[in-house]
Amino acid sequence: MTAFDPVSALFGGGLIGLASALLMLLNGRIAGVSGILGGALAMSAADKIWRLAFIAGLIAAPIFIGLFGHSLPEPQMPASWLLIVIAGALVGFGARYGGGCTSGHGVCGIARLSARSIAATAIFMLSAIAVVAIMRHGFGV
Amino acid sequence: MQALASFLCGLIFGSGLMISGMTQPIKVLGFLDVFGRWDPTLAFVMGGALAVSSMGYTLARRQGRPFLAAQHLWPNRKDIDRSLVVGAVLFGIGWGLSGLCPGPALENLASLSPRVIVFVMAMIAGMGVQDLWQRHVPSAIAIENAAFATSDG
Repeated sequence: MTAFDPVSALFGGGLIGLASALLMLLNGRIAGVSGILGGALAMSAADKIWRLAFIAGLIAAPIFIGLFGHSLPEPQMPASWLLIVIAGALVGFGARYGGGCTSGHGVCGIARLSARSIAATAIFMLSAIAVVAIMRHGFGV
Repeated sequence: MQALASFLCGLIFGSGLMISGMTQPIKVLGFLDVFGRWDPTLAFVMGGALAVSSMGYTLARRQGRPFLAAQHLWPNRKDIDRSLVVGAVLFGIGWGLSGLCPGPALENLASLSPRVIVFVMAMIAGMGVQDLWQRHVPSAIAIENAAFATSDG
């Protein structure tokens, strides 16, 4: 695990914000990853191309950054296989049911000062903090 | 053109996630572990992202229309309803168990990690269940508008 580096955190965050701003300025769309993926998968949606293109860009990013000599670190997932399946299903269901995820609510929604997104972000952060507290420190269990 | 713009946005977004360290689940869990050795990285990433995106959105509000599309599709809902709260709680549980949310999960497919591939398959299945659920709930908003009207992101 790498140490805390505020400069790369702010710079990387700035790029995330830039991508969100550009998607609105160019295509008029919110850069919410769960919404983009959900729409790409939905049977009825007619506008799949830009959604699939965004996802392709996301997956191609490590190759692009690789040109500058950085490689994607092997993702370290502490959870068991069963927990991975449960976690993935909850993330997918919850993000769509709640109208967005870390990007759609946490970045785009808060940038719009949306009360829904501010509430959603506070709730999913507290919920995730509680889960990590129980998993790592066993409070109350 | 829209697709190319969208691809570039995905590329910049993914570069930002990777440079900031947010593709690494362990690092995200370090932020969520407020009772352990807390890693403030995610707060700085969000701060950087919000500074730039809010400026961009201010510009977009003054734009008559986007450069490549007919209109801005701003989310229009204001109510904090039960599905927002329940969805956020469930999403948070999954995020806390794994350290992965949809953006980093999709980007990490590039690593070909079997654990990430299984996570993404389960995530897509969860989205599919939600889609079916919404279609069968009578109170759901008109289907043709559902993807836009109910989604904030």
